[in-house]
Amino acid sequence: MDIDIKKPLLEVQGLWKVFGLKQPDFDPQDEEALARMKDSGVVFAVRDVSFEVKRGEVFVIMGLSGSGKSTLIRCLPRLLKPTLGQISINGQSVSDMDEKELIQFRRHETAMVFQHYGLLPHRNVLENVAFGLKLRGVPPSERLEQAREAIVQVGLEGWENHYPAQLSGGMRQRVGIARALVQESDLLLMDEPFSGLDPLIRREMQETLLQLQREVHKTIVFVTHDLTEAARLGDRMAVMREGVFVQQGTPQEIIDNPSDEYVERFVSDERQFYKSPRKPVIYFPKKKRQARPLPRVTAPAPLMAAERR
Amino acid sequence: MFPVDWQFHVAPYIQTFIKWLIVAWGPFFEGLSSLVLGVLLQIEAFLKWVPWWGWVTIVVILSWKLSHSLFKSILPGLLIMTIGMFGLWEVAMETLGIVIVAVLISLLVGIPTGIGMAVSERFNAIIMPLLDAMQTMPSLVYLIPALMLFGLGKVPGVIATVIYAVPPVIRLTNLGIRQVSRDVQEAAVVFGASRWQLMKEVRFPLAMPTIMAGINQTTMMALSMVVIASMIGAGGLGEEVLKATNRIDVGKGFEAGWAIVVLAIVIDRISQAAAQKWEPPKR
Repeated sequence: MDIDIKKPLLEVQGLWKVFGLKQPDFDPQDEEALARMKDSGVVFAVRDVSFEVKRGEVFVIMGLSGSGKSTLIRCLPRLLKPTLGQISINGQSVSDMDEKELIQFRRHETAMVFQHYGLLPHRNVLENVAFGLKLRGVPPSERLEQAREAIVQVGLEGWENHYPAQLSGGMRQRVGIARALVQESDLLLMDEPFSGLDPLIRREMQETLLQLQREVHKTIVFVTHDLTEAARLGDRMAVMREGVFVQQGTPQEIIDNPSDEYVERFVSDERQFYKSPRKPVIYFPKKKRQARPLPRVTAPAPLMAAERR
Repeated sequence: MFPVDWQFHVAPYIQTFIKWLIVAWGPFFEGLSSLVLGVLLQIEAFLKWVPWWGWVTIVVILSWKLSHSLFKSILPGLLIMTIGMFGLWEVAMETLGIVIVAVLISLLVGIPTGIGMAVSERFNAIIMPLLDAMQTMPSLVYLIPALMLFGLGKVPGVIATVIYAVPPVIRLTNLGIRQVSRDVQEAAVVFGASRWQLMKEVRFPLAMPTIMAGINQTTMMALSMVVIASMIGAGGLGEEVLKATNRIDVGKGFEAGWAIVVLAIVIDRISQAAAQKWEPPKR
């Protein structure tokens, strides 16, 4: 199968995630039926969401808690099975995979960073970072060496033998990021990775991520509830509310032209920061971001994976 | 009065069932019996082969390694010496042998059962009421089927002990695995863990402290059941207690009871301290 580099890495088409559904199927067109289902306790966490993410792009999904953003990102590696819709990553249709294919897909094509880190408490930093490679069946000496490199990348050198409980929140999330980087997958999913950290550390981690991104050129889907964060990190972003994408565009576009009153309310604070010259510039200027070197993707991804071995 | 006509007894059916079991499965039970007996005799021989001061030294060293406190390591050593002083050393070793074999069998049966219950809701729904029943049933009742299937002696003692002692390790294995944090499991799954890898790398190791608590409980229950099992000829300290009861010999009864308590305390402390080793490191 040929993979076109210019094609989006991630394509999501008409995605629905519905909880508490009695019958296996429903008609998304039938508004009346949907309303009736809602009254009977069915939860529409994600409703008809479509978007594309290009290679090397950072796509931010922003929304308040309960907006369905975490559900959405969990549908991408099929931690949750989508009720309806198509997800295609790297030309592979994730929504149609069986259990075996899915495990192989997760081992090689995606990596994820979680708000609550999800580190193994009984394994040290080095073993935690190497965990994904272990699942893949990479021999110990090789995986530990790769893990050491990733630990250096996130600036945790010298902490290899510490256990998660011995680290601060920021450091734990660095371990989480290293664990994702070492997978060398094209797609990196980040579910509110910095939301649990205090503001200064959060800022520092955002810097680290931008810096890393300049080196590794991942395709990142980043979920946050913080517009400032979305604007700093995102090439493009979407605002989510009650399971629906209210607006999609670059952070600049969204801040300048909020599509409705809901987005407007979100954006107004941010705009004040952005326009007032005395306040520190929290918003990362778009021009600088565009000067970033283009994604260093020269060969189809599976080929690169083969070279690595 | 309850109508006499409505009386209906299951007792004869159970009798028939057990009889059928003995005939139809005779060779199986005999094989099982000789296997258990073989292992038991080997372990007992080893327990008696190590001299008394050997055990005292082992207990002191183990306690020291696990507690790093002089008091906490000397005291268990002195305590088990009192067993020898009462002239109960050999009998205590017999009891210990039965406990060890019963606990080994309990773990062999209990841990996989607990894992199965954590994995399958249906299996959980079947086993749970069975465990409840097993734990409410008076322990003496277990002596009867063990007696019928295996006759008198050590093996039925071991079997009755296993039936009595196995529920905690099953329950706590199940509980421990179910309690493993969703976040950690989700992370493992997203990195491509298969069901087997998830169990082996994440769920089971993280459940280990709880499982160790279950093993500890099972050991304690086995020790208490061994005393009752002496009624069907399991021997050991229980038999001393039984003899003392029959002769209303309070003094002898106290000595044998004391020996059982000492065994319990020493095993409990050492296994609890060992369980701590499975806790993930804290700051």
